[in-house]
Amino acid sequence: MPELHSAEGTSKKPVPANETGPTNQTEPGAVPAAPRYVITAENLTKTYGDVTAVDGISFSVPAGESFGLLGPNGAGKSTTMKMIGGVSQRTSGNLTIMGLDPEQNGPEVRAHLGVVPQQDNLDEELKVRDNLLVYGRYFGLPMSYLKPKADELLEFAQLTDKAKSKVDALSGGMKRRLTIARSLINEPRILLLDEPTTGLDPQARHILWDRLFRLKEQGVTLILTTHYMDEAEQLCDRLIVVDKGRIMAEGSPAALIRDYSTREVLELRFGSERNASIGAELGGIGERLETLPDRVLIYTHDGEAALEEVSARGLRPLTSLVRRSSLEDVFLRLTGRSLVD
Amino acid sequence: MTELPTAGRTLRAHPPGVSAAKARRWGAFYYAEQVLRVMKGYGWSIFLYSVGQPAAYLFAMGVGLATLVDTNTVSAFGGVSYIAFIAPALLVSAAVMTAANEFTFPVMDGFKWRRVYYGPHASPLTPEQIAAGQIIAVTLRFLLQSVIYFAIVAMFGASPSGWGWGSVLVATLAGLSFGLPLMAYAASIKEDKGQFAMVMRFIVMPLFLFSGTFFPLDTLPVLVRWIGWISPIWHGTELGRVMTFGYEESPVLTIIHVVFLLALAWFGWVLTKRQFVRRMGQ
Repeated sequence: MPELHSAEGTSKKPVPANETGPTNQTEPGAVPAAPRYVITAENLTKTYGDVTAVDGISFSVPAGESFGLLGPNGAGKSTTMKMIGGVSQRTSGNLTIMGLDPEQNGPEVRAHLGVVPQQDNLDEELKVRDNLLVYGRYFGLPMSYLKPKADELLEFAQLTDKAKSKVDALSGGMKRRLTIARSLINEPRILLLDEPTTGLDPQARHILWDRLFRLKEQGVTLILTTHYMDEAEQLCDRLIVVDKGRIMAEGSPAALIRDYSTREVLELRFGSERNASIGAELGGIGERLETLPDRVLIYTHDGEAALEEVSARGLRPLTSLVRRSSLEDVFLRLTGRSLVD
Repeated sequence: MTELPTAGRTLRAHPPGVSAAKARRWGAFYYAEQVLRVMKGYGWSIFLYSVGQPAAYLFAMGVGLATLVDTNTVSAFGGVSYIAFIAPALLVSAAVMTAANEFTFPVMDGFKWRRVYYGPHASPLTPEQIAAGQIIAVTLRFLLQSVIYFAIVAMFGASPSGWGWGSVLVATLAGLSFGLPLMAYAASIKEDKGQFAMVMRFIVMPLFLFSGTFFPLDTLPVLVRWIGWISPIWHGTELGRVMTFGYEESPVLTIIHVVFLLALAWFGWVLTKRQFVRRMGQ
C-alpha cells in the first residue's frame, strides 16, 4: 500500500500551543511558511435567528495535531466545522486559518483545506476516478498532475479496481473512502472530517482509521468531529467536548478521563426493579455512584476492591463487570444522558 | 508536496496560493467543466433531442399543417411560407424548454437531493462561480442545440435570409432570459412539491402557445396579448424572424426585444447570484 508523502517527507510533531503564534501568508503563488497554529478561534459565535449554535468558543490547533470536537447532536460541531471550512459566516468572534480570515480570504483558506463533509456529496453521475479529476480542477490543478495523483489516491483508498465504476454503484464505506481521497487531491495540510465514519460497518471504520492515521503520521493536521468515543480515543491527540455550543472540557483523551472520571468503573446489575433502590446500600463505595435504569455504575480507582466491598455488604448483583474508564464516561458525565434528537 | 515515486518524476500540487488565484480567475469555468462532464453522460439524449425535436416539428408543421395554411393565407405570415414563419419560434421555444429543464432539476439536485454544489463549495470556488459555471455550461448546450436546430431549419429551406444564423444567438439569449429567473426560483426552493411540473404546465406551455409561435400575436384578442409582451419566447421569436426572413417591424421594437431579453437575463442572474450566496453561506 503506497504512502502519501508529506511535502517535507517527515512526520511533524504537534507544536505546543504556547510556543508560537500564527504567521500570515497571503502572497498568491508563494510557498507558505506554515504557521505553527494552523487554526485559532476566539469567542467564535454563530446564531441562527434566536438559536445560538456556537456560543463563544475559543481554541487553537497547532500544525500536525489531530484535534477532535466531541458532542451530542446539535452541540454546534458541524457549525464550527463549516466556519473553519470557510463556508459559513460567523456571527461574532475571531477565526483564522493558516493566519487568514476565512470571511475575507475564503478561496485562499479553502485552498489549504481538504474537507470530508458529514453527508457525502460526490458526483454520482460521474465515474469514481472522474470525481477526483473534476474536484482537482476546482483547485486549478493541471491534468498532468491530476491523472497520476488520482491513481495514487485511488490506491490509497483501496478503490483502484473501482476507478471506472459509477459512484452510485459503491457501498457506503467505499463512498466515504472516495470522499476522503477526493479531499486529498490538493495535498491539503489541514483535513476537516465531519463525522467521517458515521453509518459505516466496523470493517469500513477500521480501514478509514488506518488511512487517517497514516495521514496523521505524515503531518497532516486533522480536525475531526465524531460521537464515537473509540474513534476519538484512537485518532485525537487533543479534543474539546462541546455541548449547547459551549466547550465543556478540553484536553487529551487520557487527561480528560483522568480529570472527569476514575481509573475504573464497576458495573452492577440487580434487575431493573432493584437498581433504583439499591443506591443507598452502596453508599461509600468508590468515588461516585450513578444509578441507571438497567445498571448501577460505581466510579472507582480499584474496581475489584469495590466489588469485594459490595459482596462484603451481602449484596448479590445478577451480573458485575469491572472495566477501565473510557472517554464515553467523560462524555456522558459532561453532556448528560438525556436523549438529544 | 506529495511525491509519487512510482511515476519516475516528482509530482507536486501547486501551492494553495496558486490554487486560490486560479480559482478566483477561472473558477466559473472549472465548474462549467464539471457540468459539461455530467452532460456528456447524457450526451446522446441531448443530441437526439436537438435533432429529433426540430425534425419532427418541422416535418409535421412544414409538410402537414403548412400545406393547408400556405394555400390559404401566405400573406398573414409576413409574406413567407408557414414553415419559415414558425421555424424561428420553434428554435427559441426549444431553447426555453431546455432552460426549463436545465435550470430547475439540476439546481434542486445541487442544493437538496444529492447536494452536489456543496462539494465545490468546500473548494476555493465561490457560490457565484458555481452558479456562473452552471450557466456557462447550459449556455454551451443552448448554442450546440440551436446550431443543430438551425442547420435542420436551413435544410428545410426555412431561413431565406443570410442573417439566419443570428437566430442561434437569439435562441440562446431567450433561453437565458427565461432560464435565469427560473434558476433563481429553483435555488430558493427548499422542498420539492411539484413546483417544476407546475412551471412547465402553467408557465412554459402557455408561453409556448400564446407567444406568437404558431400565429402572429396580433391575431389574439387584446386581453391575452400581454402574455406575449412579457414572454421571452415572443421577444426571441420576433427577433429570430427579423434574422431568418427579414420580418418587417419597427427598429424600436427590435431594440426593445433585445433590451427586454438582456434585462430579464441580467435580472435573473442578479437574483440567482444572491440566492446562491445566501443559501450556501448559511
